[in-house]
Amino acid sequence: MPTLSPQDRRVWMVIAVSVGLLALFVPFSALILGVRYDYTLQTVALGGAALGLVSGVIGCFAVLRQQSLMGDALSHAALPGVAIAFLIAGRDLPALLIGAGVSSWLGIQFIAAVTRTTRLKQDTVMGIVLASWFAFGIALLSYVQGRQDASQAGLDTFIFGQAAAIVAGDVLLIAVVGLGLFAVIALMWKEFKLITFDYEFARANGYPVRMLDAILSTLVVVAIVLGLQLAGVILMVGLLIAPASAARQWTHKLEQMVILAGLFGAFAGGSGAILSAAEEGLPTGPLIIVMASLIVAVSIAFAPERGLVWRQIRQRQDRRRFAALNVLDDLLRHASGHGDLHYATDEGLLVGLRGSEARAGLRALEREGLARSYPDQTWALTDEGIDLARRSPSLRADNVDDAATPTSAF
Amino acid sequence: MKSPDNRQRAALRIEDLTVAYNSKPALWDIDLTVPEGVLMAIVGPNGAGKSTLIKAALNLIPRAAGEARFFGQSYEKARHRVGYVPQRGSVDWDFPTSVLDVVTMGLYGGLGWIRRPRRAERERALHALEQVGLVDFAARQISQLSGGQQQRTFLARALVQEADLYFMDEPFAAVDAVTERAIVELLRQLRGEGKTVVVVHHDLQTVPEYFDSVTLLNVEVIASGPVDTTFTEENLARTYGGRIAYLRGGSGAAQSLDGKEDHADLIAAG
Repeated sequence: MPTLSPQDRRVWMVIAVSVGLLALFVPFSALILGVRYDYTLQTVALGGAALGLVSGVIGCFAVLRQQSLMGDALSHAALPGVAIAFLIAGRDLPALLIGAGVSSWLGIQFIAAVTRTTRLKQDTVMGIVLASWFAFGIALLSYVQGRQDASQAGLDTFIFGQAAAIVAGDVLLIAVVGLGLFAVIALMWKEFKLITFDYEFARANGYPVRMLDAILSTLVVVAIVLGLQLAGVILMVGLLIAPASAARQWTHKLEQMVILAGLFGAFAGGSGAILSAAEEGLPTGPLIIVMASLIVAVSIAFAPERGLVWRQIRQRQDRRRFAALNVLDDLLRHASGHGDLHYATDEGLLVGLRGSEARAGLRALEREGLARSYPDQTWALTDEGIDLARRSPSLRADNVDDAATPTSAF
Repeated sequence: MKSPDNRQRAALRIEDLTVAYNSKPALWDIDLTVPEGVLMAIVGPNGAGKSTLIKAALNLIPRAAGEARFFGQSYEKARHRVGYVPQRGSVDWDFPTSVLDVVTMGLYGGLGWIRRPRRAERERALHALEQVGLVDFAARQISQLSGGQQQRTFLARALVQEADLYFMDEPFAAVDAVTERAIVELLRQLRGEGKTVVVVHHDLQTVPEYFDSVTLLNVEVIASGPVDTTFTEENLARTYGGRIAYLRGGSGAAQSLDGKEDHADLIAAG
């Protein structure tokens, strides 16, 4: 087992924190929010978490293949299938889910066929399928609701998701199917990684890329169908994409990204479901997505290296370090001009040359013992400072500041 | 060098290859033989079909007619003897993976379905990275690489497959002078080991210096053979169909070649 790099250690810490938050959320919500964990709520929480876990993992591949919008088109395309299945089989959940799956799958085939044979671009076709099939689904649902069948009210839940509708059997279904999906991913890990990264290379090397592509797409469809009842057609794509996008901010390794995405998804799914059940009448889908979006926002802001906050801090550190180096140069040049390397230069002059950043630079130099100040607002180089200022730029960079040089802007 | 009474088994033999996009021929009736052990450049103007030629030969794009044989066999049978280095732009360089990982992907094909790459595969990948001078970058994330380093990573991925025939699509594009020298050295080494290398090349200036064979392509094959006899002003004029400025080695004087004013040679529209 190779030793862990600092990045690896950081990622494992994030994983540990996520698991901890997951574990703590239940007692937290029970005590602070006054949520009562009766049987229904436990089921709901488990269902949400299981769904989030599965979507998070599979969503990684959707995001990396740049097919996030495909997930959206597919989930919207599932709606007519639900309505038609109801017309045929009544309110039978497995039938409804199969209907959703068939409808989604037909959606993919349609998108692929139209993209292949016409000059329309893929995102255009996805938009068309999304809008038109969803509209067809809504029309069918309205028709279904026009009939006197009392149980069709439940069909609305497929649009926005309703956690309260979940029973233990559903959770079991998600868990079992989810395990099946994970098994497929584990077995075909390197193949999926390869076709996601370089499809052409995989093809040139004899991989059955069309088949692998179809398998991955099927996994996405299954994940979407599993989540329709809980998160709803409109927002399911969020649960697919958000955890993966958040996870990408924290790591450079696909393996870690998948684990993190699963955890983030589980957290979003579980907490969203719990929060929606805590208050009467709150729809689940939106709350899950709100939680997921929070995770994405935190990741984008605070992730090391890629995060915005991190980059700001880094930039400020760099500016200060470069200011110090520049002032060091100025001091040496000015002192040389006066023929005495220990010459004390007026601070005002240095600020005039460099701007106000010179002051911060001078203070940094003083801290490092490279320059010293005098009561009359003048500054002179110390022997060490003279030594350093004479050497090449790359050596100077190593000496003035302990912080590691960033290797990339990402 | 090769005697005229040949090897029956050329590294690559293409016959009657035609590729069309929207009913316009991108490649027309290509006949090309690449003998074993040469370092060949494929040159031609934009739109000449250079990349298309390689992709069609490797069955990456459909063809309207013709066939390609590799060491006397079809591509499916000879696949393990052929390595391909595509253009850099074909990949998402923000993908979460390391340089070593990318090179190891070159070995996936030999592993079969369920097996994971292990130590043996990593050793081979590291060796390939050594050959291209990137062994210190093995753990680096690929988004942190410069253009030249990305190119060399792709090169290592092809080298690790230990093929006998390599295709490279513009390996010198947007690469600095140091990297360019390093790649040329590597190509010469491969030729020294008896391998065959076919390179789509954009810089006429360096053809005589880097390569021993050349194919001049403009939808059709204008000429193909050893650089000395094939890379002539007349052939270049026929390929490029107009004025091109070409510096003849050593003299330092730019020579302008006047070709025909009518562009009847150019079948492919721009």
